[in-house]
Amino acid sequence: MPANATASALSDPAWMRRLLIATALTFLGLFLLLPLVAVFAEALRRGVFAYWVALVEEDALAAIKLTLIVAVIAVPANLVFGVAASWCVTKFDFRGKNLLITLIDLPFSVSPVISGLIYVLLFGLSGLLGPYLKSEGIQIIFAVPGLVLATIFVTFPFVARELIPLMQEQGSEEEEAALVLGASGWQTFWRVTLPNIKWGLLYGVLLCNARAMGEFGAVSVVSGHIRGYTNTMPLHVEILYNEYNFVAAFAVASVLAMLALVTLVAKTALEWRFGAELAATRHK
Amino acid sequence: MSFRRRLSILAAGLTLAWLGVAAADAQDTLLNVSYDPTRELYVDFNQAFAKKWQSETGKKLTVKQSHGGSGKQARSVIDGLDADVVTLALGYDIDAIADSGLLAKDWQARLPNNSSPYTSTIVFLVRKGNPKAIKDWNDLVKPGVSVITPNPKTSGGARWNYLAAWAYALDKNGNDEAKAKEFVGQLFKNVPVLDSGARGATVTFTQRELGDVLLAWENEAYLSLQEFGADKFEIVVPSLSILAEPPVAVVDTVVDRKGTRKVAEAYLQFLYTREGQEIAAKNFYRPRSPELASQYAGRFANVKLVTIDQTFGGWRPTQEKHFADGGVFDQIYQKGR
Repeated sequence: MPANATASALSDPAWMRRLLIATALTFLGLFLLLPLVAVFAEALRRGVFAYWVALVEEDALAAIKLTLIVAVIAVPANLVFGVAASWCVTKFDFRGKNLLITLIDLPFSVSPVISGLIYVLLFGLSGLLGPYLKSEGIQIIFAVPGLVLATIFVTFPFVARELIPLMQEQGSEEEEAALVLGASGWQTFWRVTLPNIKWGLLYGVLLCNARAMGEFGAVSVVSGHIRGYTNTMPLHVEILYNEYNFVAAFAVASVLAMLALVTLVAKTALEWRFGAELAATRHK
Repeated sequence: MSFRRRLSILAAGLTLAWLGVAAADAQDTLLNVSYDPTRELYVDFNQAFAKKWQSETGKKLTVKQSHGGSGKQARSVIDGLDADVVTLALGYDIDAIADSGLLAKDWQARLPNNSSPYTSTIVFLVRKGNPKAIKDWNDLVKPGVSVITPNPKTSGGARWNYLAAWAYALDKNGNDEAKAKEFVGQLFKNVPVLDSGARGATVTFTQRELGDVLLAWENEAYLSLQEFGADKFEIVVPSLSILAEPPVAVVDTVVDRKGTRKVAEAYLQFLYTREGQEIAAKNFYRPRSPELASQYAGRFANVKLVTIDQTFGGWRPTQEKHFADGGVFDQIYQKGR
């Protein structure tokens, strides 16, 4: 780095920078990298073959499939909801807007266990709607619909929380201009709003997806833990661990970790590929 | 990412989910909701029964399993978990299900031996060499001894643990209830953590290496020796313990709705056959059949066992007095904190 009087006056001394970087890296290494490596090390302790056998085991495959099904339903649902909510909150003025924002945040402040219990209280046999649903032969909790509902609830705010500040910052002038020029509501949304928010939206969806696949507490309450049927990957990891089946437990955990890594890589790749565009929309 | 594409993904997801649910329903299945340490037992037993069922009826059968703390599992069934059969840790948990109207109140009289096809008892698991020299219940209340047991509120095994300690204290103090309460209170002061189920407590003791002694189901203790090797742990059999009778029952409303009564009843009856009893014995449950009991006698320590009916007057009053909200357990555990 060239010695520049203004720059050095404006920046911290070199030792401070190094110290900060070292601290950050140590933290990352200790709390992120090391556990991640440990997961893979444990999973591969008995070799690649044992790892593979653990993954293609019937219940493990069922858990992976179920996790993907839950995410595939919950994430798009929250995508639609998130866009609609942030559109409504940032482009319009109405009474009770703050209340709505607070409500959107609710799943973040409520413990996931409570989120699960809400559904047991609603759809359980001794709950509000349970007896009716049972008589109709509809199973919500202790089945896939309950898992999806609980996941939607806990991942509710991710997309909206990502979009609201972005859209607030962008304001509604462009939309107003589009309307003045004769665009319809849909046209305005597709041609003006969506291109402006797509990166924030993508980021929100990725976060939402990561949480949807990794959620433990809420789904644990509504799952009923029927092996091969209502165990998502995080629940299956716990079961395997409790059965002294450590290689399998860590093997499934490593798949979860890999799904998270893929998500991250996808995000980075998109940012790299469309970096310029991203910067342009962010600093509008 | 176009909206239309998103929509098609959503539609595909919904179809997939529907297919998954439909496929699961198309099979002839039973759901057995059980307590924590029976995982290995029912893996073996389900296999044997499915084979027998197929040879007798030609039908393929899948038995789904759910495991957890016994009280928690009963709660789930009450809340609508569709169990065809429940195989729980103690009678009261099935009583609770019966109270919600899901099965007949006289369920326990429907199968032999109080509907408990196998029994077990409570023993101690200590670390190799028994460094704290734990021989009997009175060693557990000594200062500096850390005791691992699950939570009696949610775990059936923990309730048996608690009652075995209580029975020991009654026996030593000429049936003095106040002395027994003091003794068990002292014991729970030495408990650093309460897991929700027996398996969680075993993992705490064996894997996280917390505590000096684990109060465990006999079968769970033997399984730990088998899993981790006899060079790490030892089993200590106390001078007195309790005859734990884990009962089984068909859940009437569920099997009648699903039309699975016949297979569910055959499933439970198979537990009483020679083959079923042998599978239980091999998994360290004490068989009821006298023939197999003598054949496997060497596996199980000869220990003086009290019963819940004689010493405590049955499960309902015991649950009410000790484990209900504000009961004796709440009183001593809060005082201990």
